[in-house]
Amino acid sequence: MANLTPQIAIDELKSEFAFFDDWTDRYQYIIDMGKALPAFPAEKQDDAHKFHGCQSQVWFDAEWQDNRLILQGTSDAAIVKGLIALLFRVYGEKTATEILATAPDFLDEMGLKTHLSANRATGLMGMIQKIQTLAAESQKTNSDK
Amino acid sequence: MSAQPAHVAPAAFDVAAIRAQFPALRQEIHGKPLVYLDNAATTQKPLCVIEAVNQFYRLDNANIHRGVHTLSARATEHYEAAREQIRQSLNAAAIEEIVFVRGTTEAINLVAASFGTRLKAGDEILISALEHHANIVPWHMLRERIGIVLKVIPVNDSGELDLSALPALITPRTRLLAVNHVSNALGTINPVQAICAQAHAHGVPVLIDGAQGLPHGLVDVQALGCDFYAMSGHKAFGPSGVGALYARRPWLDELPPYQGGGDMIESVRFDVVRYAPPPTKFEAGTPNIEGAIGLGTALIWHAAQDWPAIAAHEAKLLATATAGLKEISGLRIIGTAAHKVPVVSFVIEGSHPHDMGTLLDAMGIAVRTGQHCAMPVLEQLGAPAGTVRASFALYNTIDEVTALIRAVHRAHKLLS
Repeated sequence: MANLTPQIAIDELKSEFAFFDDWTDRYQYIIDMGKALPAFPAEKQDDAHKFHGCQSQVWFDAEWQDNRLILQGTSDAAIVKGLIALLFRVYGEKTATEILATAPDFLDEMGLKTHLSANRATGLMGMIQKIQTLAAESQKTNSDK
Repeated sequence: MSAQPAHVAPAAFDVAAIRAQFPALRQEIHGKPLVYLDNAATTQKPLCVIEAVNQFYRLDNANIHRGVHTLSARATEHYEAAREQIRQSLNAAAIEEIVFVRGTTEAINLVAASFGTRLKAGDEILISALEHHANIVPWHMLRERIGIVLKVIPVNDSGELDLSALPALITPRTRLLAVNHVSNALGTINPVQAICAQAHAHGVPVLIDGAQGLPHGLVDVQALGCDFYAMSGHKAFGPSGVGALYARRPWLDELPPYQGGGDMIESVRFDVVRYAPPPTKFEAGTPNIEGAIGLGTALIWHAAQDWPAIAAHEAKLLATATAGLKEISGLRIIGTAAHKVPVVSFVIEGSHPHDMGTLLDAMGIAVRTGQHCAMPVLEQLGAPAGTVRASFALYNTIDEVTALIRAVHRAHKLLS
């Protein structure tokens, strides 16, 4: 993942998505991506790591390694977990500059926008905002040095 | 709304003819024909309602009650005709007993605000464990403000009210009993007539949250014997943002106004304001005129339907859906009351409701997932993360029930 820019990851996802002409199949693909996500540490599955959605929950953690943001996350809902995996392909192991240059517009272009905006149902929007905030803070800290 | 045996075939009920009147049902979602099973959230609108709202804006638009010109007179006439239609549909004794509001939520808030002025710390409001948040939170706010006590009629594991608890719950401090006619989350039809009789025997007035009552049949507030009945237009084939509060006339005379403003007054001076008689006293400001007219039209349409045949049709939808869904392994129906409207709420072990709702949408099927604004009862019945709720209306078909069952099977397979 580290070698790909966010844009390459987005282009890949879009072409993988275009392969399916049925939304049920697309969701199956998303669910399978979620199943392949590395296990989220059980001890971090607490309120401090949670983004609350009114229907499903997201647990998330991140840390910088060699100026790249390493992401961990999971959800109690399979499709949300899949969307976390999809977002990690775009934002995971990227630099602050890359993250800040990549708005989550691609989700809209892939027909997945409802999962972010719909009544804040999923907690995913909170996670994306957190990733952007971490990148902005990191960039500010580095420029302050 | 009485449950009927599933084998009774609806006589001359023509569901195709009904569907033809609902343009929104004729569309595809993600390339699949729309199967709309979210009717407990809101129903689709028949063409006559759409036309009535359209007609108002095209020809009749004017503010009501205060104008001498022809358009204002016409708008007022249509608005008041809608009030009369609501009176007929609820079988209220007098037209003054119908107050236009935004919907059930506002109707309950109106009663909480106006009736609340009579309450003191320690007074008790009795609700039930089956309530929608709209019939919990307004009373909780009175608890915060005045220090009233909120008591709760318990519910059993089938989702039925435990009325054996009622005598002990009604005390000399009970000021009002507020329950729903039909549970939105589970579909339980509550025996509100018996509840009113029991409460009245102790001199306790009753408010019925009727949001889910009218969509499945005719309501007779005089037969129910309630003091207040709250309803929403959008759940009964009418527009959103309009509904009605029925209140028995003595209450409307006695209770203070809810909001202040234009139209609700007889005269205003800086030292004294005289309020208009009910229902105007409770209708400050310019109301949702086109909504009220649309609601009146919806209820004319509603009253013209063959309700005994619809009851049989809806019972068949419910029985078929219940039987088909129960065969899915790990599926548990939440709410198995003996008397239900066609609502099936369920959870499946290993399938998150939100995933199920998303996959059903991908297959063109609209259901609601989550807690349905009824967190307490879902927690009690072991579904704290919420349920998948399929709620049917008179225009749904057995083919759509079959499509739902098939889709749930397929989604469950994808998720396990």
